[in-house]
Amino acid sequence: MTVAVIQFGGSNCDRDTVRALDALGIDADLVWHEDGLPESVDGIVLPGGFSYGDYLRAGAMAAQSPILDAVRERAQDGTPVLGICNGAQIGCEATLTPGAFTINESARFQCEHVHLRVETASTPWTAAYEEGDVVEFPIAHGEGRFEIEDDELDALESDDRVLFRYCNEDGTVTDEANPNGSKHNVAGIVGERETVAVMMPHPERVSLPDLGNTDGQGVLRAFAE
Amino acid sequence: MTAYSATVTVRLKEGVLDPEAETTQRALERLGFELDSLSSADQFEIELDADSEERARERVTEMTERLLANPTLHDYEVSLQQR
Repeated sequence: MTVAVIQFGGSNCDRDTVRALDALGIDADLVWHEDGLPESVDGIVLPGGFSYGDYLRAGAMAAQSPILDAVRERAQDGTPVLGICNGAQIGCEATLTPGAFTINESARFQCEHVHLRVETASTPWTAAYEEGDVVEFPIAHGEGRFEIEDDELDALESDDRVLFRYCNEDGTVTDEANPNGSKHNVAGIVGERETVAVMMPHPERVSLPDLGNTDGQGVLRAFAE
Repeated sequence: MTAYSATVTVRLKEGVLDPEAETTQRALERLGFELDSLSSADQFEIELDADSEERARERVTEMTERLLANPTLHDYEVSLQQR
């Protein structure tokens, strides 16, 4: 499988993602958004960063980039698509997934490690975990608060489309463990197709064995399926 | 064609948290001002030419729904004037 990691002006987690995928033996290439999506691609990552300087809203500009039309088409065909951090904001703005990631409740940029509870193991992104597992990922965002209409949130939850929720060390989902005020502590979801996922925490930053924690490998292994 | 100027105001829907406005309110209170509430909104000024006011409004509304506002977060208002 060849994964395209799409670079926009202001992306800054693109190379980390390629490196993390390479370490898992998954072939990955950087693709500049203006160059279009290569035909041969069979997986797509929208990486983290600050595309277009977060103008208007984080992800709003990149979501209008022509390459997103191609990403949307491929997503509809079942190609796995993962949006991480700014990529998650882009994914929601591009309506690949419902809801929006907006300004943290603290109104601050937050860079810290968080605990996440795996809410479902029956998606490609979480198949490497067991439901209820607690993993530790870093977050680094100013606009990570998940907002969604109540009826859409109900639908997400009843369809088991929440991947991860912010929790404390022992896996309890509490307000104190919610770093950004996300509704129902949601940290990551899948779209209408379970092959499309967005998440604010960074799996690629906890995937290289040299750095210790490798909890994030499970998410990236979806591309090895 | 007639020249129009449009003002688009984009504000958070009722019930959506506005951390920046809350921080701004606290800062004003720290400066000694008394106030009951503060909310913020983005305003966009757009100049365009159109055959009719109706067409101009349609186009500005489409611009707002496609990009300027996010339907999950925002309500918006469009006001239009001939230039």
